[in-house]
Amino acid sequence: MTGYLLRRTGQSFMVLLGVSVIVFALTHLLPGGPARAILGLRATPAAIAAFNHAHGYDKPLYLQYVSYLSSLVRGDLGFSYTQNQSVAALLAQDVPKSAYLSLLALAVAIIVGLPLGIAQAVRRNTVLDYTVTTGAFLGYSMPIFWLGLLLITWFAVDLSVLPPEAPQTATLGGALADPAGMVLPVAALAIVSIASFSRFMRSAAIENLAQDYIRTARAKGLPERVILLRHLLRNAMLPIITLIGLSIPALVAGNLVVEQVFNYPGVGLLFFNSALRRDYPVEIALTLLGSALVVLGNLVADLAYGLADPRVRLA
Amino acid sequence: MTGTDLTALSAPVGGEPSAGGGLWRTLGQTFTANRLAVLGVGLIVGIALFCFLGPLVYHTDQVYTNLAAASLPPSAAHPLGTDHLGYDELGRLMAGGQSSLEVGLAAAVMASAVGVLWGALAGYVGGVLDTVMMRIVDVVLSIPVLFMLLFIATIIPPTLGTMIAIIALFAWLIPARLVRGEVLSLRSREYVQAVRVMGGGGGRIVLRHLIPNAIGVIVVQATFAVADSILIFAVLSYLGFGLSAPAASWGEMLSSGTAYLYDGYWWQIYPPGVAILLIVLAFNFVGDALRDALDVRLRQR
Repeated sequence: MTGYLLRRTGQSFMVLLGVSVIVFALTHLLPGGPARAILGLRATPAAIAAFNHAHGYDKPLYLQYVSYLSSLVRGDLGFSYTQNQSVAALLAQDVPKSAYLSLLALAVAIIVGLPLGIAQAVRRNTVLDYTVTTGAFLGYSMPIFWLGLLLITWFAVDLSVLPPEAPQTATLGGALADPAGMVLPVAALAIVSIASFSRFMRSAAIENLAQDYIRTARAKGLPERVILLRHLLRNAMLPIITLIGLSIPALVAGNLVVEQVFNYPGVGLLFFNSALRRDYPVEIALTLLGSALVVLGNLVADLAYGLADPRVRLA
Repeated sequence: MTGTDLTALSAPVGGEPSAGGGLWRTLGQTFTANRLAVLGVGLIVGIALFCFLGPLVYHTDQVYTNLAAASLPPSAAHPLGTDHLGYDELGRLMAGGQSSLEVGLAAAVMASAVGVLWGALAGYVGGVLDTVMMRIVDVVLSIPVLFMLLFIATIIPPTLGTMIAIIALFAWLIPARLVRGEVLSLRSREYVQAVRVMGGGGGRIVLRHLIPNAIGVIVVQATFAVADSILIFAVLSYLGFGLSAPAASWGEMLSSGTAYLYDGYWWQIYPPGVAILLIVLAFNFVGDALRDALDVRLRQR
């Protein structure tokens, strides 16, 4: 197990290193470059040369990469040209807010999606099952930004029960202080995950219901409620960590769109604005952060799978 | 039953039944038995006809703006009203659908072609090449697609062609992985060894034997890739990184409608959203049905 853990973690680092190479190469090979983006279209060649020299962009690409990597290792994520702040400071400000939004949505998706999936498995091929299945199909075919717009139209404009915008605040405390503003963004982000979680849980529960231990429990004369809660739920919960790990890419992407739709000042909106302004250091850092989350999710999913199920032997 | 059946049993009249015919027949039967699949195909055909033949019947100006007719509610002249620049919404829906379908299909085909070749080569050759090629897939797969697409879309001027290319750039990875897995399991089969014994080269084995036998996985994956590409294109357009005006897309229509949420211009919010939902749903239905029809394990039921 320890050997597997080490090897798997090492692999994850290699993947991240590869990501950094690709992202770095893309920003520096593509036409325009940071100098044009910062200094504007009317900058003289001399000004561009001076800018490139000052920031080390005139050195060979591999040297630039090495120096970027070494500052990354020292915790220096770069400097945002357009916001005149270090990227680390921007992240420190926005990451907690995005984490709050994402974790809340994830929690809602688990609390709603899993029981829904189990209910579907128990009442298979009933009206309930078909309704939820239809809902799930709609949920993951629906563009998340349109879902956000519909939620705003219904709950903020037509019914005016909820604010149309997420909390406008610089700090996590501000977001925590305004739960009403979080309802719609969390709902938009959660609904898409509920769709996939309930599908996953439905098939996991159906698989478990057909197993011997359920038949044994029934033969013992246990009430159905105990069978479902004690036996089925516990065993069907095994893959949940794996599921969460693998849902991270969707969550990261959904986060970006939802933050843009609801104007929530988190990492997603930061990336969106930096992309518009071609603020490369911020874009690179956030893409790396997103990739790190995805890689971590995969790693956790793999390890949890082996830990939760003793039948899976990791060597 | 008559006596001819007995002779048929002992010696098939038409020779050995061809595996291909059987596959397609099973596929056809499973497919038509699945009502959602039929619905999906119907939706795709309907939407394609609406988008590509509709403008021949229903003429609108989708190039010149008409601010005097901006944001008009639905009427006889404009069945779905007009948008904030005075474009007829119904006509714009058709034009936007064309770009969505073109981008979705082209990106999926391009990505599948690249992914299939990449995966087949890695799986067939194996060894160091396989390791290197699949690690590259691992790396690109762990970059959040939307981040990377926004990144690239800010740098490359948006046209239909570049949109297709950058969406395909991140859609070939899953097919590559799947096809590699298939090829790994197929390459040790006897018929592959038979080809090799007969002097067939690697290229022939991969192109004529391995890829055709993995076609089921490829087609299912490509169908889902169309749905995904259409969604991604809609997101990019919505965020303002899509095609430049006056080109139309469903995502861009929603984006411009967003400014008027409080004015109650529902005709700018519902039609493009419903259109995206329906086309993505349709491709997902067809993909699900194809998977059910082609999956050997499911056929045992």
